[in-house]
Amino acid sequence: MQLLAALVCGLIFGWGLLISHMVEPTKVIGFLDIFGAWDPSLAVIMAAALVVSSVGFRLVAARQRPVLTAQAHWPTRTDVDQPLVTGAILFGVGWGLVGLCPGPALENLVMLSPRVIVFVVAMACGMGLHRIWQEWRSEAKVHHAAESTVDG
Amino acid sequence: MVNFTPISASVGGMLIGVAATLLMLFNGRVAGISGILAACLNVKGSDMGCSAAFIAGLILAPMTASFVGYLMPPPQMPGSWGIIVIAGALVGFGTRLGGGCTSGHAVCGIARLSVRSIVATAIFMATAIVVVALSRHVLGV
Repeated sequence: MQLLAALVCGLIFGWGLLISHMVEPTKVIGFLDIFGAWDPSLAVIMAAALVVSSVGFRLVAARQRPVLTAQAHWPTRTDVDQPLVTGAILFGVGWGLVGLCPGPALENLVMLSPRVIVFVVAMACGMGLHRIWQEWRSEAKVHHAAESTVDG
Repeated sequence: MVNFTPISASVGGMLIGVAATLLMLFNGRVAGISGILAACLNVKGSDMGCSAAFIAGLILAPMTASFVGYLMPPPQMPGSWGIIVIAGALVGFGTRLGGGCTSGHAVCGIARLSVRSIVATAIFMATAIVVVALSRHVLGV
């Protein structure tokens, strides 16, 4: 049942991206291009999505638990740290270069355009790289901690 | 503002909000696409099935829409292959490092009034605007 719910939510999300034209990289670039022929549509998309989700989330949060599972996974972090800032900058550069963020990139796969496929593969590799880097860093930390106890 | 499409933007945006609300209501998950894709790629994780189902829905959406006569335009992505690879890698790495993308931070996060998401959204929007301004109006790519 959770699989079906996820599939239907993905469909609705995809329809939203499609109808709003957010799947079109040129539409996104038109919004980001404030010094050119600026197209504010993306701000309207975000505002409309926010109106529904802020009311929706408030109603959902009032429930004891989700319909199909025991626990809701609300994000809990509130601190603004360096990785958040650096990550947002890197994402912003990539988004600005071609006008694709993860949702529209995945949805565009259906068109089998080689450029989109290459973008998605590169995006998956970027995510993989982040994972490897994180694992390597946490291992290095453990190693470092072990060394310092030996020294002490 | 010749390309401004407020009506389709409102309808589409509301559907995105509905999808985010329903995913939280039924599965208790945030509809952050970068996080969902990362979970889908993580074979050791427990969320692989639902993440894959969500992404399947996302990819199938244009097909189901085409049955009712709504056709998706082919993507237009100017720029060299090198730029596409670099942009893809930056989007993948950056969204994981920053903990979210346009959906997770800009829609779901701001809806919860999360300070992290508001800051992240402001930064990636501003950065993307600068990149477009530089590439279009300074470098003329």
